[in-house]
Amino acid sequence: MTLYEWLLFLHVLAAFAMIASSVVFTIVAVALRRTERPGPALLLFDVARPAGVLVAVGGLGTLVLGIWLAIYLKGYELWDGWIAGALVLWLVTGGTGGRVGKYFTAVRKDAEALVERGELEPNDQLAAALRAGTPVALHAVSVVALLGILLLMIFKPGA
Amino acid sequence: MSIVAAIRPDEWEAPLFLHVLGATVLVGGLVAVLSALAVAWRREGPDAAFVTRLAYRSFLLAVVPGYVLMRIGAQWTYSREFGDNVTDPDWVNIGYIAADLGGVLLLAAGVLAGLAVRSARRGDRGRPGLPGRAATVIVAVLIVAYLVAVWAMTAKPGS
Repeated sequence: MTLYEWLLFLHVLAAFAMIASSVVFTIVAVALRRTERPGPALLLFDVARPAGVLVAVGGLGTLVLGIWLAIYLKGYELWDGWIAGALVLWLVTGGTGGRVGKYFTAVRKDAEALVERGELEPNDQLAAALRAGTPVALHAVSVVALLGILLLMIFKPGA
Repeated sequence: MSIVAAIRPDEWEAPLFLHVLGATVLVGGLVAVLSALAVAWRREGPDAAFVTRLAYRSFLLAVVPGYVLMRIGAQWTYSREFGDNVTDPDWVNIGYIAADLGGVLLLAAGVLAGLAVRSARRGDRGRPGLPGRAATVIVAVLIVAYLVAVWAMTAKPGS
């Protein structure tokens, strides 16, 4: 394999990790909205755990390898519209996704505290936190930004 | 590296977008199924039944639509790129094997995940049982197979 093929393969692999993690987060977020008890909520957070690793590795990988590819390939520049647009969308998806991650990390700690205290019955405060609209809206923005990046990478407008 | 390697004709882009979008949703769904089944392995009773159900729903709502999108996109892209050309390069054959043999394995994993839900509901201390374990192994194999397909699609051996 040539260096170009390696870079492209690893870049696409990282993109798969990023979008796959987004799919997992979406599934878990939908399931969390139907949850009122801390036990099942913690189970769902456990299901999302591998996605947390995937999004970190995939996010960094797409960025570093994407920039490397843009520099390596003659004729592409980082300031080309579709590449610059993808970088902006990467910041949007990273920023919104990061905020959602912090929010649910805090909710997870609350759920863990409830379990430690033996309060396993439905909890209104936890249910409200799991159904909050803002993290869902931020996640939706993150997903749309990811789709935008995918569109730019495939269609390469202006290239 | 010349830019020529990274550019493709405009008429391939829409089907390729569909193909890649479907493939990423498929892999994301499989990661969710694998993660949920792995969590179910380590639990008993209602907890195990709860995450086994999540695995099965993830299969139905993410894996199946992702596979359909990926497969339709693949055939559409193939028709644009190769037309009636009779000799397929190795990377196309690898893609076909991953998609079609993978489809059979997906069907088996789906049936087994459904049986695991029944098994968890009926007893066996709520565990997904042998069907759940078999589904977990098949899903793990499928994820590896699709990563090999990603390598084939990007490195394009035999082209």
